[in-house]
Amino acid sequence: MVCVSRSANIPGSWLYSTRALILSFAGLADRERPNRPKSGEGEEKVAMKDPVDVLIIGAGASGAAVAWSLAETKMHILCMEQGGWMNPAEYPSTGRDWEAKFYGEWSSSPNVRGRPEDYPINDDNSPIKVVNYNAVGGSTVMYTAHWPRLHPSDFKVKTLDGVADDWPIDYDALTPFFEENDRMMGTSGLSGDPLSPLTHPPMPQQPLGLSGAIIAKAMNKLGWHWWPSDTTVATMDYEGRARCINLGHCTPACAQGAKSSTDITYWPHAIRAGVELRTHCRVREITTDENGMASGVVYYDKDGVEQFQPAHVVIIACNGVGTPRLLLNSASGRFPNGLANSSGLVGKNLMFHPYAQIYGFVKEPTDSNRAPPTCLWSKEFYDTDLSRGFVRGYAIQFGRGAGPVFEAVASEQKGILPWGADHHGVFRRLNGHRLAVSAICEDLPEEHNRVTLDPVLKDSHGIPAPKIDYTISENSRKMMEHGLARGREILEAAGATDICINNPIPWGGWHLLGTARMGTDPQRSVVNEWGRSHDVKNLFIVDGSIFVTSGGVNPTSTIQALTLYIADQMKQRLANLFD
Amino acid sequence: MSADTLLTRRQRDDLRTVAAMIIPASDEYKVPGADDPAIQADMLATLGRDTKLVAAALDHLARLAGAPLAELDAARRDAVAQEFRKQGGAAAATLVRVVLQCYYRDDRVLRSLGLELRAPFPRGHVLPDGDWSLLDPVKARGGSLRRAP
Repeated sequence: MVCVSRSANIPGSWLYSTRALILSFAGLADRERPNRPKSGEGEEKVAMKDPVDVLIIGAGASGAAVAWSLAETKMHILCMEQGGWMNPAEYPSTGRDWEAKFYGEWSSSPNVRGRPEDYPINDDNSPIKVVNYNAVGGSTVMYTAHWPRLHPSDFKVKTLDGVADDWPIDYDALTPFFEENDRMMGTSGLSGDPLSPLTHPPMPQQPLGLSGAIIAKAMNKLGWHWWPSDTTVATMDYEGRARCINLGHCTPACAQGAKSSTDITYWPHAIRAGVELRTHCRVREITTDENGMASGVVYYDKDGVEQFQPAHVVIIACNGVGTPRLLLNSASGRFPNGLANSSGLVGKNLMFHPYAQIYGFVKEPTDSNRAPPTCLWSKEFYDTDLSRGFVRGYAIQFGRGAGPVFEAVASEQKGILPWGADHHGVFRRLNGHRLAVSAICEDLPEEHNRVTLDPVLKDSHGIPAPKIDYTISENSRKMMEHGLARGREILEAAGATDICINNPIPWGGWHLLGTARMGTDPQRSVVNEWGRSHDVKNLFIVDGSIFVTSGGVNPTSTIQALTLYIADQMKQRLANLFD
Repeated sequence: MSADTLLTRRQRDDLRTVAAMIIPASDEYKVPGADDPAIQADMLATLGRDTKLVAAALDHLARLAGAPLAELDAARRDAVAQEFRKQGGAAAATLVRVVLQCYYRDDRVLRSLGLELRAPFPRGHVLPDGDWSLLDPVKARGGSLRRAP
């Protein structure tokens, strides 16, 4: 249970019983940006808008969770999302061309997808390209639903291994929020993995399937750890969601609603509890008042009209690229280097998780596209063993296979599927026989890996786009090579041939972390140990950008647990939230 | 505007020729080639956002060939195709992908592969639960999480 002060249950009471009362009302604040509307229609709209108690930017994994958690305070909570509500009837798996869509309007890359809700990202100077999704539900609409947690040791990297920094909080602080989040998102899995943090999934694990059995036998032959993955795929009917019927690859959204995304988990609860969600609103900048407090946001509404929304508290939930972009775009006379950036660390320390993937083809049929893409994980190489030549480690994700179009395209590109008369025979040997092993490598923070504003590229509203500068470190390179070598052993133990690698997976920038890190030292971090900006006392960040280190696992579970933790801290501190 | 009108007659001819080079018809597997009229029509009807890159790829192909691809002798055509795939970059990759994605959703081809002619939703698929006794050795080995101070 979260702890909420009694008075917080009285609508709006906290605003009038705390320092919030003396903070400037945004409509009266003297904003510093030269493009502030001074008169005319825009100004009238400004004057007409009442301030909200809490304004959340972004309705994805973390925005949904913080909205739901804070809803019990009965404050006026508004969330702005640049995308809209999804329509499952239009999801790719409802059509015969479901695979082709992944190369176009359902690409995981916003640059390829190019929907009006997307913003471009200049990632030319990065071997790993950013992937995301912009809608209610955010990137949970388009993720694999793989659901590991960071390990307790991931929070103490400096102490244990002498690299990077320790987090200002530990795993134990997040434990109740992991559990709460698992219930809200609806997880499936098998409790008792000896090499993973203890979880209690409310639903049983996914079937082993054909692919899982082949992988399991190979791992047993090698004597290496494996375990059924925790996932957010419902394996039974759960909280209004129908159970998984194996539509195929879950990544480009689940028409069945079995895969958990926050548009069908947190948001219905949050909205019923009174949270207002305003879609197709793209926030350009966060404004500040003469006290250096956030006073609201300038945004473009669904008609593209510039608006101003005053707010007493602003929470950013825009992911590790969108959040630094917004902070840097919120530069002003008082905050010339970007908002909340006195440390100079906004945008720096970008961590991706480089994926080293190796795959091959076995004689037996695999699950191909007839199952969720991931089913098992291994933590055999998760912890530091310096004899391997690198510090920290990686988890392994196993892939069940691919559909025929993906197989044809990928194999032709790799040069193993020929043109001409041999095409048919080779394709029949490959299709439906793929197994994949991916090492998800812990990426350590490095300041030169960063998000800045592109001097030229802009989105459809003219807002400067993010630019990514990123290189894979020598430590990560060694880790990836190790992962590929072990992956080859696994595939060979499974009897696979025609082995290919993707090192890194180029369109593998799913995990956007570290660009507004948390910490106790304002000179070495952007937010404090409970998510509040060191510089702007009514500004909070709850997404993956506040990660100090990345761990070697998919981060969404930890992002949401951290979000719920921060929301709980806010509720506990309502009386002195801005002190 | 359909790609029928966006691609020139010469481009459409070359697309048909190169598609057949990628995937020729097969009596053995009882499948058409990618130059089959229905598959070609699918390509042209659904080119959409790929039109520009496919057109660029076909222009590149035309430059390499110096003549309609179909008019070259087999050896010359193969040499041009190899050069095209090797140096064609994103445009060539897009053209090849368009050919493959339309081919591998054709009913006759899917039937030959033993795949069902339907969208995944709403029927889905059945997945065997599997033999979970495979996990017994992992449980027996045990292990522990690295301790955090």
